[in-house]
Amino acid sequence: MNPAIEAKSLRKTYGSVTAIDDLSLTIHSGEIFGLLGPNGAGKSTTLRILITVLKPTSGTATVLGHDVVEEADTVRSLIGYVPQERAIDRFLTGREHLELLGDLYHLPKAHAQERIKELLKLVDLEEQADRAAKTYSGGMKRKLDIACGLLPNPKIVFLDEPTLGLDVQSRLRIWDYIRQLREQGITIVMTTNYLEEADQLCDRLAIIDGGKIKVIGSPKELKAGLGGDRLILTVKESQLEKLDQLSEGVKPLPYVRDIRKIDNGLDIRVESPEKSLPGVLEVANRIDCQIDGIEYHRPRLDDVFVSFTGHAIKGEYPEVVVEE
Amino acid sequence: MNFPHYKQEVLALTLRWVRRLSREKFSMLFTLVQPMLFWLIFFGSLFQRAADIEVLQAPNYMSFLAGGVVVMTVLNNGLAGGVDLLFDKENGFLERMMSTPIHRTSVILSRYLFVMAITGMQILVILGIAFLFGVTPITGLLGIGVIMIIGMLFGIGLTAISMAMAFSVKSHGDFFSMLGFLSLPMIFLSSALVPLSAMPGWMQAMAFLNPMTWVIDAVRPLIITGWEAAIPQVAMALVILAIFDAICLYGGAKAFQKAIG
Ligand SMILES: Nc1ncnc2c1ncn2[C@@H]1O[C@H](COP(=O)(O)OP(=O)(O)OP(=O)(O)O)[C@@H](O)[C@H]1O
Ligand SMILES: [Mg+2]
Repeated sequence: MNPAIEAKSLRKTYGSVTAIDDLSLTIHSGEIFGLLGPNGAGKSTTLRILITVLKPTSGTATVLGHDVVEEADTVRSLIGYVPQERAIDRFLTGREHLELLGDLYHLPKAHAQERIKELLKLVDLEEQADRAAKTYSGGMKRKLDIACGLLPNPKIVFLDEPTLGLDVQSRLRIWDYIRQLREQGITIVMTTNYLEEADQLCDRLAIIDGGKIKVIGSPKELKAGLGGDRLILTVKESQLEKLDQLSEGVKPLPYVRDIRKIDNGLDIRVESPEKSLPGVLEVANRIDCQIDGIEYHRPRLDDVFVSFTGHAIKGEYPEVVVEE
Repeated sequence: MNFPHYKQEVLALTLRWVRRLSREKFSMLFTLVQPMLFWLIFFGSLFQRAADIEVLQAPNYMSFLAGGVVVMTVLNNGLAGGVDLLFDKENGFLERMMSTPIHRTSVILSRYLFVMAITGMQILVILGIAFLFGVTPITGLLGIGVIMIIGMLFGIGLTAISMAMAFSVKSHGDFFSMLGFLSLPMIFLSSALVPLSAMPGWMQAMAFLNPMTWVIDAVRPLIITGWEAAIPQVAMALVILAIFDAICLYGGAKAFQKAIG
């Protein structure tokens, strides 16, 4: 099957700022594809180029085989878009938004009415449909946004940070809609800066940072690609000089794959924490190095993120911490 | 271009502007019953006795002022014509509209239809109020028709300036300060409030370069002097407006292309 989207060496500069640089990716039909990156990474810029509202400085992209610059109009008629900002006209009602978009997508009136009814039901806004949007809550606006994006019955839906700023319940709800869309064979392209969202929802994702794609793969592949679980030992300041010795002692142990020094301890990749932990502690005991903290966990998406970008996406930290 | 589609888009977009206005009751009141009216009523009454009929070349100040107030209304409306697009640009609604398969000019055209309709209604409101104060356009209904045409031609260029500003400013603070910067001098350095002959020389020179002066000088004789005096002025205004509109539309198109490119 032809890919849904193919981008080749996209680049966009604003004066001296390079928003995205040499960005290439392929998105398959029927998948949920995520662009994961911190603020300013270039996610929205990439999306805007793909939906034809922004021309790339260089490079090309096709959506369902149509060039986003040369055949922009065709592309526009095949896609739906849910912008990052709540692009809502506060004076119009929810229904009026959908009616307006129905006309902008040139739907016949009767068909549009049909579709509007369906969508209001899907996003559960039937009751509020005839109220001005200024009376909507953030979550309701987001739902209206999503209904607007789905109105033209698109083959591909682009969602820019669909759950930004929503409470947990609304977020789960929106994840549900997105999965339902995939069931119907719609391709989803979304951006997020939530690791959990990328991990749980996306079939494949691209980690993007500083306008460049760092890695592309399914969350599972990416995590497996890290090679093993993480075991992190931290020591008190007085013990820091023993770290080299500890590292030397741990290296030959079975189950240990890789060791990295971090500020106040060691970051060890192991095949299994249960099997490797006794050995590691024994080495520490032998050289009389007092361990301050131990934590271990299965590889997570934040580990993938750190390993490809060299920094954390946000201040998110591990949950399993065993104090000695 | 597919004409039925174009029509469908433009009508829907125009309806949106109408709906927005009708939902803002206050704003509707102030749009239809323009603050410009107060100029007419207060200034008209205030300067009635201070103004020198000889200098004005008009039966009274109110009738002199009516033409100026009509054109000031066109000015205010035109220069504010881009504001809604500015908000659309800032909150992402413009981007949403541009992500749909509409012709790139539809949004602009819908805005024009709306602004021109409002401007036309306001001209009628102003002339109606002036009538209540005893000012009857001497050239009759045909003259009023010509006033509307001239007013709208001026409005086209002004709205283009406003939209160009809306598309190119970084923030809406910039937009509103530029608006103030443009509109006051345009009013005071024109024949809106006093005839050129009553101005000091340097002001006269600047007012002479102001398209607003030419528009007012065409509208005013249609109200107070009659066809004979008006026709050459109207012809002159049409030439000036053709040039003015061409320049503004060209600039507006450039700004629009840059903003959505
Ligand atoms: N119109 C613009 N003018 C100048 N710079 C811009 C413009 N739009 C984006 N940028 C810059 O391009 C870079 C990428 O921006 P982009 O909006 O694509 O990031 P993002 O990944 O979507 O971030 P966020 O998570 O905050 O939405 C940023 O450095 C941003 O400042
Ligand atoms: Mg963004």
